[in-house]
Amino acid sequence: MAEVHPVIVGAGPAGIRAAQALVAAGLRPIVLDEAQRAGGQIYRQPPPGFHRSGRDLYGFEHRKAAHLHGTMRALLSAIDYRPGSMVWNCEDGILDVLRDGKNETVNYTHLILATGATDRVLPFPGWTLPGVYTLGGAQVALKYQGCGVGRRVAFMGTGPLLYLVAYQYAKAGAEVAAVLDTSNTTDRLAAVPGMMRAPGLAAKGLYTMGWLRLHGIPLYSGVRPDHVIGYDRVSGVVCRQGDGTDGKQLRIACDALAYGLGLRAETQLAAVAGCRFDYHERDRAWLPERDKAGRASVAGVYLAGDGAGIAGADAAELAGERAALALLEDLGMRVDTARATALQRKLERQEQVRNTLERAFPFPADWAASLDDDVVLCRCEEITVGTLRASAEVDGAREINRIKALTRVGMGRCQGRMCGAAAAEVLARASGVALPQVGWLRTQPPIKPIPVHLFSGDAPDEAGMTLAARGRR
Amino acid sequence: MEIIDTEAAIIGGGIVGASAALFLRRRGVPVVLLEAAACGAKASGVNYGGVRRQGRPLAQMPLTQRAHALWGDLPGLIGTDGEYQRSGHLKLAYTEADLAELERYRASTRGYGMGLQMLDRAALDSRFAWLGNNVVGGSFCPDDGHANPRLVSPAFAQAARRAGACVREQVSVDSAIHDGTRFVLRAGDALEVRARVLLNCAGAWANRFAAAFGEPVPETSIHPLMMVTEPLPRFMTASLGVQGGGIYARQVERGNCVIGGGRGVSASPDFARPGRAQIGTLLEKTADLLPTLRGAHIIRFWSGVEGSMPDHNPVLGPSRTTPGLFHAFGFSGAGFQIGPAAGEILADLAATGRTEIPIDAFRIDRYAAEAHAAAASTVLGHGHPLEST
Repeated sequence: MAEVHPVIVGAGPAGIRAAQALVAAGLRPIVLDEAQRAGGQIYRQPPPGFHRSGRDLYGFEHRKAAHLHGTMRALLSAIDYRPGSMVWNCEDGILDVLRDGKNETVNYTHLILATGATDRVLPFPGWTLPGVYTLGGAQVALKYQGCGVGRRVAFMGTGPLLYLVAYQYAKAGAEVAAVLDTSNTTDRLAAVPGMMRAPGLAAKGLYTMGWLRLHGIPLYSGVRPDHVIGYDRVSGVVCRQGDGTDGKQLRIACDALAYGLGLRAETQLAAVAGCRFDYHERDRAWLPERDKAGRASVAGVYLAGDGAGIAGADAAELAGERAALALLEDLGMRVDTARATALQRKLERQEQVRNTLERAFPFPADWAASLDDDVVLCRCEEITVGTLRASAEVDGAREINRIKALTRVGMGRCQGRMCGAAAAEVLARASGVALPQVGWLRTQPPIKPIPVHLFSGDAPDEAGMTLAARGRR
Repeated sequence: MEIIDTEAAIIGGGIVGASAALFLRRRGVPVVLLEAAACGAKASGVNYGGVRRQGRPLAQMPLTQRAHALWGDLPGLIGTDGEYQRSGHLKLAYTEADLAELERYRASTRGYGMGLQMLDRAALDSRFAWLGNNVVGGSFCPDDGHANPRLVSPAFAQAARRAGACVREQVSVDSAIHDGTRFVLRAGDALEVRARVLLNCAGAWANRFAAAFGEPVPETSIHPLMMVTEPLPRFMTASLGVQGGGIYARQVERGNCVIGGGRGVSASPDFARPGRAQIGTLLEKTADLLPTLRGAHIIRFWSGVEGSMPDHNPVLGPSRTTPGLFHAFGFSGAGFQIGPAAGEILADLAATGRTEIPIDAFRIDRYAAEAHAAAASTVLGHGHPLEST
């Protein structure tokens, strides 16, 4: 058999389970992860020297976290684990990796992408003010270093994370000003039959909401943001609840706001690897194609976890293992086919749970249309909603890469990772084109910014550092 | 099937085809422009954005001077300044031999109004102190500059449209023939365009149409490698090139540095992507030329597909086989600045059969037999194979 060099990108639930399955089959994968410690976002570990109990850090999920971290610890001698590694390019069996300020190249014959997700956000007036965070960002601050984003925090958006993070903040001693859900009670009632399939999840959700209510924290449904109050940082948020004449205004005083509308997959590496994408109605996004086992359209590339489509941490563990089995199958190695089938069956059930969650916490599809023209949509390049609408009207832009070229939206540091979804929603509305036809932002390397001195070896001189620092102010 | 009868048909909505459409409309000529993708979205829209005369071969001097005048009133022409600025273009030398070559170039182009100034290291230190130490001198062209190709090239098509041109995007021309009385263009079963005059402005895809009229040329595709930094405080006061090529750089108003050099790789006939092979080289050259950028971040690499000719001069002028057919393509990575003038010349040729600008060096039949070899050896003298604008 030819030499096999499997590489896994990401050491979250999907990446760790993939590594475990490869090791069990006698392979020694390289595991590249951006974080300094394994666990991904959901089971992120605090830096060395920080001591909080698993229960404090991971709540209901502390056993799963402990189990996954334990698995990773046991794997360490059997894998080539490289934390602090940012994969920024992929071409013909070679990854370019930024690690400790230097470039490393990593060759692979087989690549499992378990790149995870970030919060999905839409803009609204004041969303760029200091003190406004994403839900995931607020949770990371708490989980990683035990600090909150504010003393009196309001939580807004939709999805299970909304209530969970509010609960975690309250438990950690922060004052939760309000939980502002963009979905309706009727949405959640409609999801009740589906929730019967995931009684554990439903119970945790109900417990969290009940706990928040019991502790006098106001919970609002059917909310849309109006604007953030504050001059140089957040002092409150104004929302609307209900429509038209029945609608009422909510003014919530707070010194921080955390919001998010579910998650979006980090698909850039799959795109640069040349994977074909197709449109997914539920995620309202173009995602890399994969078969039920996780094989991408490019031979030797496998996809697992939220990076391939949002399904949550439990599904990520299953998908990571399944993708690894697919890799082994493709190598002609014997795999436990019963196990593979069972994993797929469980993954299908997870898909149904995800459908139900989407029903309970639907994406607010009307949000983009209601935005005023002067709201900044692309914060890297400071491009407003009105600029996009004008381009759609005057230039006739109908496709997202075209409007990127004409307006600079998605051309900044984040390369559209944060604003791409919002840009697509606004463009679709403004041009009267269906969301799938708007397309998706072409990904170019680097996946994330890399320094100019990367290949020169030596550190930048002071002038260079200062210039860059001033530029990023 | 939709059938359009018109006076002039144009294949290709890049800066050349779109400006030809604009100038034809200014003459009142009915025009249909067919673009396979979006206007100004291929090489015209993703190039470096250099608007320079310096470094061009002597044969291009009248053309580039005419273009310089057109760029001088860009808002009057297309309704936007396209971030065009006459920052000056500084062509640098790393060796005394290269500096001597720059001096020879200055002597040979005297009289064309570029006003080139030779700068030694001391002069560079006083005027461009941010340059790396390994540069020995340079040649400065004060009125050259740069612009944003993403904005300028689509704006030519918009201006043509406003002037009354029929501009059709996402229309790929499958066949182009002359039926004895007129040109007939077909785009699938959906559209047929009939015209008295045909302009072939199809860039890297133009040779197919030239060949269809019995005059194939040795056009190839090149894929310049480009990159851009995060926005930084302004420090670059001129657009940079280097004698012999390899790297060119400018800083835009917003603060991003746009840097090119080397080649990307072809992903398909229609697309190119940045390749690993030359990314490291370009970063190294950047760190050397612009040490102040060492700590800055690159936020994107990209490439594009551009038509290139063996002698790095475009094909520009009438067909030798088919009256009424005119070609303008193969700008070899240096078409952005001269594009509008090429479009104006095409409009003049289409409407009157003649042009004031000497274009004989760009005739399509220069590649026939020995003419090819001769052109390659004489014209290349001042060409810079790895420099794109």
